[in-house]
Amino acid sequence: MTADHVLRALAAVSAERAEGAVLSVRGLTVRFRLRGGRTVDAVSDADFDLGAGECLALVGESGCGKSVLASALLGLLPGNAETSGTALLAGPEGGAGTDLLAADEKTLARTVRGRRVGLVPQSPAAHLTPVRTVRSHLEETVRALTGTSRRARREAAETAAERAAFPAGHLDRHPHELSGGLAQRAATALALIGDARLLLADEPTTGLDRDLVDRTVDELRRHADEGRALLLITHDLAAAARIADRVAVMYAGRIVEVAPAHRFFGPTGPRHPYARGLLDALPDRAFTPIPGMPPELSDLPEGCAFAPRCPRATVRCGTRPAPTAGVACHHPEQPRA
Amino acid sequence: MLELDSVTAGYERRAPVFHGASLTVAPGESVGLLGPSGCGKSTLARVAALLHRPDAGRLVLDGTEVRAWRHRAPRAQRTAVGVVFQQPRTAADPRLTLTELIAEPLRATGRRAEAADRVAALAPAVGLTPDLLGRRPHEVSDGQLQRACLARALTLRPRWLICDEMTAMLDASTTAALVAAVETYRAETGAGLLAVGHDRVLLNRWCDRTVDWKDCLTAAP
Repeated sequence: MTADHVLRALAAVSAERAEGAVLSVRGLTVRFRLRGGRTVDAVSDADFDLGAGECLALVGESGCGKSVLASALLGLLPGNAETSGTALLAGPEGGAGTDLLAADEKTLARTVRGRRVGLVPQSPAAHLTPVRTVRSHLEETVRALTGTSRRARREAAETAAERAAFPAGHLDRHPHELSGGLAQRAATALALIGDARLLLADEPTTGLDRDLVDRTVDELRRHADEGRALLLITHDLAAAARIADRVAVMYAGRIVEVAPAHRFFGPTGPRHPYARGLLDALPDRAFTPIPGMPPELSDLPEGCAFAPRCPRATVRCGTRPAPTAGVACHHPEQPRA
Repeated sequence: MLELDSVTAGYERRAPVFHGASLTVAPGESVGLLGPSGCGKSTLARVAALLHRPDAGRLVLDGTEVRAWRHRAPRAQRTAVGVVFQQPRTAADPRLTLTELIAEPLRATGRRAEAADRVAALAPAVGLTPDLLGRRPHEVSDGQLQRACLARALTLRPRWLICDEMTAMLDASTTAALVAAVETYRAETGAGLLAVGHDRVLLNRWCDRTVDWKDCLTAAP
């Protein structure tokens, strides 16, 4: 067995330990086949676990594959995508789990989306139907997901709105009459109706101002604290720092570091040079960009994809580093004292 | 100087977005304008960029009052101001390659001959590599497209730059890279900057001074 296999086996053991994981992702890989025989490696070999009541923030630059990963978990990839690996979603009350990557469309549509996995979308304005009121959205979702009788539906919709802190007085408004923050809450209310144990929030704070970002992520955190697992996909490091328990950093389709949030954002800091670079780019830190740009996902280098931009790169970086203790790097930084 | 004096502007005469906003940017100065979503700061940015005619108030650019508005100001004044918007996708013609996008202001002002040299100088300044320049907007990421939009704003060597939430869609590293590109250009040319946004930490770090939207309104005489 190669070292790679050994580490995989170890990871599998740690997965066994991660009992109670709501979502267990192993070796998740997504490729897009393009015309002319080109392939885009959008996600390569992603491994992570997500437990109940836990928030994992997946951070990285735009175009690094974060949203493709979310789409893969919901079975919403376009036809030219090829996926491999497993994404085991724990079954309801100890029942059999479902591999989200292997499940057919019927299973996903009837039992998974909205019921076991809730999606908080990137752009609520585009997610909501412009010609219908928030109440109508909620009642339709209640009917589709819970089969509540017509008479009880109105009350159920109001309860759902209340759960996402959406003000009852605004229920009869159309999406364009809502502020960005209220539209986000309406979309969150829809995601919560099916009482899914796993919430996927894909860039839920894009374009919101800081106060609204804080309020939106605090609400998501509250839903996690009620026992849901929350996967927060974001490029907003401040939002991740505010609510995440763990941080996974993605670069060029690979998860290069997974670390507890307190260590990642605290004085110890991350160990992968890319993760350090991202943090140092923040305006309240060094405010210096990482030199260069990320590689094309259709033309990834053989070795470490970050090596061309990395200050610590050496000859060894011509081979791809295997993830060890949560970091995929030949020259991880030592903890800052 | 870029002076906005008691400007009232909006999209319906009877219901302007804001009343009596005043703001001054000195030559070479960078000013950050902070305000919450929906307060009207983007409309103010459009007025300052000479793209939107105010309903009332004066706008003075380098000592000359902006007059003869049609929907926007006369070209001779407008070309002294470069502008970068929040959403690169809606600010870029999807039919143009990035090279054409960056050269567009030269083409539009009848100076096409200078385009090749200008694009060659601007692309590295904003961090665009040659292989990206031949692509169209759908073939590049948001960050790469925003780099091209910044290059386009700098094409005519403006004396003033207006950045309206330029980095709201971008990750930390791209944000720092674009801000560095703006500051390099300003150091070389002495251009003034009005950066509009809601990120206090960013604007405090970036600009010489920041102004809160409400102070901008109460400062009106």
